[in-house]
Amino acid sequence: MTKFQRDIILICAFLLVAAALFLIFFLGAEEGAGVVVKVNGVEIARYSLTQEGEYELNGGTNTLVIKDGKAWISHADCPDHLCVKQGKIRSNGQSIACRPNFLTVTVYGKDDSDVDLIS
Amino acid sequence: MKASKLTLLALSVSLAMILSFIESQIPTFVPIPGVKVGLANIAVVFALYKMDWKNAAIVSLVRVLLIGILFGNAVSLAYSAAGAVLSLIFMIVLKKTDLFSHIAVSVVGGVVHNLGQIGMACILMGTDILRYYAPFLVLSGTIAGIVIGIIAAILVKRINIKA
Repeated sequence: MTKFQRDIILICAFLLVAAALFLIFFLGAEEGAGVVVKVNGVEIARYSLTQEGEYELNGGTNTLVIKDGKAWISHADCPDHLCVKQGKIRSNGQSIACRPNFLTVTVYGKDDSDVDLIS
Repeated sequence: MKASKLTLLALSVSLAMILSFIESQIPTFVPIPGVKVGLANIAVVFALYKMDWKNAAIVSLVRVLLIGILFGNAVSLAYSAAGAVLSLIFMIVLKKTDLFSHIAVSVVGGVVHNLGQIGMACILMGTDILRYYAPFLVLSGTIAGIVIGIIAAILVKRINIKA
């Protein structure tokens, strides 16, 4: 077997791993119950996905919107705005991360409202 | 150290820095932290094949340090150092096995770099978001790694400085 053939096998293996991870996370995703907001790993707020509204997070660095059972960041004061571009989340385990502000928004599921125990 | 070897090392380090800078000017096109092309890895893979693992390590670590000091901060330095060190170790070991070509080495380097960065982010932010980003990072690291590996292979072939 040539090096090139081994390369192809390794690349296919990586693509398969990526596909498997996609399937596990996205097809197996359950509807979430609410979101938990953390700064530096410390929980600062928790909202149910039925609590529609706009919330200022972390002293106004990020704005969280909850509507129609989905949550997203509508505004951020950081330069890259990656958290705004990450879009809407609704399924158990989905997250939005704002690295400059050390802030994360993670959906928790209907049965595991004790997400803190895991993370 | 011979002048030709020193020149090649200096060339690789400056190439890595220029590529890092170019990459920082490309707007993010995928809204996922950690997804990027990893242009600077061209210089690291080049050094790994044209010289040896020690020189590749110098290229990678000097780049991370200088770019961190020039354009970043302590946090961004921690992210890129985690990615760079992990990726270096995996690429060096994989090259040592002599089973794969530049492309697979670069693919593994890219994937591990992405995962290392996000792993460090998880440690610093105290969350487990790595789980959720992993599929995107493996996919983007693989595709970017193929491109980077091909470019590095061409450079190794075309640049004929003996070191």
